[in-house]
Amino acid sequence: MTVITGVTCPVCGTFCDDIEVVVKDNVITDVRNACAMGAAKFLSYSAHRGLKPLIRKNGELVEASIDEAVGKAAKILADATYPILYGWSSTSCEATRVGLELAEEVGGVIDNTSTVCHGPSILSMHDIGISSCTLGQLRHRADLIFYWASNPWSAHPRHLERYTMFSEGRFQKSTWRGYLSHLRGIVSRKRLQRAANLVLRRDVPTPPEVERRLPYSMSQKKRKMVVVDVRKTRTAEAADYFIQVEPNKDYELLQAFRMLIRDEELDVDEVAGVPVEILEEVADIMVGCELGVLFFGVGLTMSEGKLRNIDAALSLTRDLNLRTKFVIMPMRGHFNVTGANVVSTWQTGYPYAVDFSHGYPRYNPGETSVVDILSRDEADAGLVIASDPVAHFPRTAAQNLVKNPLIAIDPEVTPTTLMADVVFPTAFVGIETEGTAYRMDHVPLPLKKVVEPPKTCLPDQEILQRILSQVRKLRRNQD
Amino acid sequence: MPKLKISLLTGRTIDQGKGKEMGKLSKEYLDSVMICQMDPNDMKFLGVKENTNVKVATEFGSVVLKAVKSARAPHPKVVFIPYGPWANLIMNPKTHGTGMPSFKGIPAEIEPTPNEKVLSLQELLNQFHKEEHP
Repeated sequence: MTVITGVTCPVCGTFCDDIEVVVKDNVITDVRNACAMGAAKFLSYSAHRGLKPLIRKNGELVEASIDEAVGKAAKILADATYPILYGWSSTSCEATRVGLELAEEVGGVIDNTSTVCHGPSILSMHDIGISSCTLGQLRHRADLIFYWASNPWSAHPRHLERYTMFSEGRFQKSTWRGYLSHLRGIVSRKRLQRAANLVLRRDVPTPPEVERRLPYSMSQKKRKMVVVDVRKTRTAEAADYFIQVEPNKDYELLQAFRMLIRDEELDVDEVAGVPVEILEEVADIMVGCELGVLFFGVGLTMSEGKLRNIDAALSLTRDLNLRTKFVIMPMRGHFNVTGANVVSTWQTGYPYAVDFSHGYPRYNPGETSVVDILSRDEADAGLVIASDPVAHFPRTAAQNLVKNPLIAIDPEVTPTTLMADVVFPTAFVGIETEGTAYRMDHVPLPLKKVVEPPKTCLPDQEILQRILSQVRKLRRNQD
Repeated sequence: MPKLKISLLTGRTIDQGKGKEMGKLSKEYLDSVMICQMDPNDMKFLGVKENTNVKVATEFGSVVLKAVKSARAPHPKVVFIPYGPWANLIMNPKTHGTGMPSFKGIPAEIEPTPNEKVLSLQELLNQFHKEEHP
């Protein structure tokens, strides 16, 4: 039995680096420090995996040798005039580097999952700029934490524990004890409400009125957390104050805050369903903090306004820096989506949606982004790596992806691999093979290999390298 | 049958996150994504009980899901579906020139359909047209 320490977790953008994995006879028997998602990955990763490459023949996926599958994949890409190469956020930077070379070779479009995640945030950063820092700085110094349209309790479960409210920083103390008593209060209130409902024979609770005063904890000199969201998530329950914004009204609320911190008057009673007096009090707290941070999630990028919501959030942070110190950071989803953007930027000049069809890199999200290309039905082949667009793209885009010849490179069996024409089951990066990934704050960390992969499962970059060599051979023969 | 106009949200839940890491074909994943979380008052209005099938329709399509009582209520007329193959059948593919479709805050209509069944993953994939590529 071996205990491997300092393992990075290949799941979400928090990219925890303190995982301990217990390995016995090349099998992971236990995992420590991981959240529910991380533990599920380390302990169950091999339950639904593929082991042999597959090729579609007469409508059925049948087993094939690696060479045969590489040959077929290379032919699909070499024959295509406008192939798309999509995914990249759950693989290593090394694989993305080879992928970019392949995209250039075949004159295709290479796009990563940020296109349907924080793509609008990136577009907005081009326009406004971003004032940010590393998570370590925030762990030690931030005294006001905003989670806006983000639910780390579900999507980044250890974010609060490692970097914000429940982390023990050098200058800021953990608020864990306060949270426990707050939680006990919530449980007691829910019990009382249930009892009242039983006595009064109400089968559903009546909605509570919006609190028109900030709680006492917001006036204390300690680390504070405010959550702004369209529904009361678990993160919101853990917050000192929760602002429930009406769906698609984030832009109004952000702009209202901008006015208030510039000491301008709002001539309305409420904005986006929130009373103005509450906004004034929160704006005072923002201005009065020592170091504030606004973490924002895809609730801003996926709802109405998209990049304009981020424009408002980045501008709000910029404005706040006239009065105090404030930073902003997107809550990136996959463990290496930041790496996919970084590698793409240093290789091509652009972070995602890069089109090589003219022989040089072009970037115009809305035109060269994969959902738009698929919705317009312009692509004639696809390569998907470490991603599941069949499950996560809108129907028309998914339909146009699967009707074309499709190559899937993924260690797991997913709806996308089930619909592909060539499937490469690969080694799990961060478990069975090494690599590099970038945490959400752009800090690069190594992915560790803790167990040996099955012999038929090669690392992503090796499969890509073989396809690239074969494509070059085919093209030389064509010339 | 009563109908209700709602605003549709999709997003991550911890069960969906855990399920996807256990495998996209695992029971845990499939059970976590073929549901919609509703406000209890909305369920009462529609006469829907826990695990009753409901049809959620947008201008881009419709899908049958199991209704479950939201633990995050009250959020009247807001319905939440975890990310997954079912939710994405009815999402807005328009990106408004940004590359990003709309996955949150989509106008929709919900109605109880106790006699229609929730499609299995295979049935759902069978709806896609796959061309033969020799």
